[in-house]
Amino acid sequence: MTSTAQPPIEALTFDLQGETFALEAGLVREVLDLLPETDVPGAPPFVSSVINFRGRVIPLVDLRLAFDMVAAAPTVNSRIVVIEHELDGEPTLIGLRADKVHEVTAIDPAVTEDAPRVGMLWRTDFIRRLARRDGDLIVIPDLEQIFAARGKSGAVVTPLFGPSS
Amino acid sequence: MTAQDPVETFRQEAQELLEQIEQGLLDLVHRPGERDLIDAVFRGLHTLKGSGAMFGFDALAAFTHHCETAFDRVRKGEVPASPDLVTVVLAAQDHMRALAEGRPASDAEGQALLDRLQQVVATAAPAQSVAAEAPPPATDGGLNHWHIRFSLPADALVNGTRPLPLLDELRELGECRVVAITDAVPPLKDLVSSQCHLAWDVTLITPHGRDAIEDVFLFVIDDMTLDIEAITPSAPATADAAPEVAPVRDVTPVAATASSDDGTAAQAGEGRAAKAGGDTVRVPAERLDEMMDRVGELVIAQSRLKQLAASSSDIALRAVAEEIERLASEMRDTMMVVRMVPIAQLFGRFRRLIHDLARDTGKAIALSTEGEGTELDKTVIERLADPLIHLIRNAADHGLETPEQRRAAGKPEAGQIVLAARQSGAEVVITITDDGRGVDRARVRAKAEENGLIQPGQVVSDGELLQLIFAPGFSTAATITNLSGRGVGMDVVKRTIEGLRGAIELTSTPGEGSVVSLRIPLTLAIIDGLLVRVGAGRFVIPLSSVEECVELSPEQDRRSTGRSLITLRDQLVPFIRLRQLFASGQPADPHQKVVVVQAGQERVGLVVDQILGDHQTVIKALSGFHAEVGAFSGATILGDGGVALILDIGSLVASGQRQDTPLRAVG
Repeated sequence: MTSTAQPPIEALTFDLQGETFALEAGLVREVLDLLPETDVPGAPPFVSSVINFRGRVIPLVDLRLAFDMVAAAPTVNSRIVVIEHELDGEPTLIGLRADKVHEVTAIDPAVTEDAPRVGMLWRTDFIRRLARRDGDLIVIPDLEQIFAARGKSGAVVTPLFGPSS
Repeated sequence: MTAQDPVETFRQEAQELLEQIEQGLLDLVHRPGERDLIDAVFRGLHTLKGSGAMFGFDALAAFTHHCETAFDRVRKGEVPASPDLVTVVLAAQDHMRALAEGRPASDAEGQALLDRLQQVVATAAPAQSVAAEAPPPATDGGLNHWHIRFSLPADALVNGTRPLPLLDELRELGECRVVAITDAVPPLKDLVSSQCHLAWDVTLITPHGRDAIEDVFLFVIDDMTLDIEAITPSAPATADAAPEVAPVRDVTPVAATASSDDGTAAQAGEGRAAKAGGDTVRVPAERLDEMMDRVGELVIAQSRLKQLAASSSDIALRAVAEEIERLASEMRDTMMVVRMVPIAQLFGRFRRLIHDLARDTGKAIALSTEGEGTELDKTVIERLADPLIHLIRNAADHGLETPEQRRAAGKPEAGQIVLAARQSGAEVVITITDDGRGVDRARVRAKAEENGLIQPGQVVSDGELLQLIFAPGFSTAATITNLSGRGVGMDVVKRTIEGLRGAIELTSTPGEGSVVSLRIPLTLAIIDGLLVRVGAGRFVIPLSSVEECVELSPEQDRRSTGRSLITLRDQLVPFIRLRQLFASGQPADPHQKVVVVQAGQERVGLVVDQILGDHQTVIKALSGFHAEVGAFSGATILGDGGVALILDIGSLVASGQRQDTPLRAVG
């Protein structure tokens, strides 16, 4: 992974509560304006609703809840990023909420690193890599882990003790 | 997407060939010595060997070769098609299946099978010559005169049939005169060089009989027209006249007039062959699924168009919208039909099962099937196979008695298992009936008490008692056989059937037998539902489980805070407040409705805010995220583009029994 010869990663970046996240551009199918949502009673808050994406019913995931952020009201900049990702072995279309979607950028693997074990508020296994750009951090989430855990951050697992800081 | 993996193609073909061989073998058990059957099996084996070798399945080809040799001897009448032989070849056929599917198959096992085959063939008494049934009708110093006329289907050349080797083979049989009939050859501008336009007239003088001639055409006989006629040498009229003007391109008036009738007959024959085989297209199932999705989307888009048109005053737009609506619904109907396959496909597989079961249990079992033409969605058929195997095993193993017991009970020795299918509305009802001993209530009871399913001495109705058989972990077999009774039986069957949105029911009369009926919806893809509103959410209740809708009067509503029961025609019906279950925040509407649904044996009322009406729609599966919520079996897209969730009545009622914890707690 740290080899210098690696080509840059084409990634779509988007914001969630002031943090910038990046997804491999290859995963992304489409960026949508907000659509009417249908709540699924009993579903975890992390995927509390479904949307109609071109005649398919796809789950709408709020990554914020995997990173101990609170769900926020949508703004004019809110978008839905539709990705295709394996879920329980099946390629599945999944919508991700985003506060704001930026351009596709190239991330040089050389400036990425593993999430440090300490100093992180978040579950480190939810983060695949951290990238530095212009003094900012970009989080490359590990969707596999997040989806497998159904977005349960440590905070939700042990609610008595509050956020795992 | 266009090029299929050739190995995969071969596997599919092998699968079909093996099924065909199996059916032929099983038929041979009942009609031993029937020429057509023996030929069919032989042809199947031969083709399997050939294509196997072609696609590099050498072990399969080599193994099949031995069986083919054995059957060749049966064909020649040297060996009878004895039940022993059939059993060995059936076993061998399983081995071939393993080889064709690339499963690890032990060589030793294959060798053992071949040894058995050798043994059966060697010990078999020389057969009562099957071949000699048609004595040569005309002889001339031991020579027969035959007049043969044959034509090949138009696509024969494309499919790899070569007329010349056929003619060569005929020549090997004896003195042979061949005339090509060129009547069917079209004018040059219409001529398709890859099609076979010729027919042939052959006069053959040979010591061989009719069978030898038919053998020449063995591999093409199904699709071709073949007339073999014995003629007396003194009157070789047309046949003798023709050869003198033989040049193929030079049609003489004699040949033309003499064979014009045959020409049209041959054409008609070709037409028939084309209808039987040529018009079918093999399409991978996933393409059909894809197309079904597209049609579903079309229906959704169309209903949006309809809404737009309804609110517009543009007459032309309305006309187009109506036209599109008609087309879309026709398209959907056509698509449904395309996906339907006759259940005979499935029933056919069970003949082998019964054969094996009869052998393993030592019981005589007769299987009969009814309503094989009943059609079901392809996906449904596939998913029905395992449950049905289980039910048939159960019937044979637990249901039917041994021949001695049956004799003692005054029943015919052979147990009857009847598989029947019929369509009833939007459902197909499949029944498995046996005339065995019936379910032993006392044993079911004892077993259920032992497993803690019911309390000792608890009063249960007969119907409830029988339902216990479907409870997880229940098995009544006193001794566990390898056929059934591993304790994972009926509850798995029930779950699978319910997964198909179907229902399973067991009735049984002691001493007379049992009937298991499965009610399966025609298709998985489309559902008739009742659209309801709970809070701000819209939900679909499958219409098949809806019994009736009543109003929840305010006093019933108030009174029922402690107990959720309403009285419906003197019966108490428990109800579930969906609003509470779904924890939707808003206050309830003043006039709530109760939708009474049937779930298994139970009737339950579902309290909703509003009933919006009928809704026929395409079912969309929910992602893995929501599948685990359990209360919903899928989702559907409404006319306005919104999504409504489809209630899974079974699990909803189950969760309602653990009242009344809101689903939200799950998250």
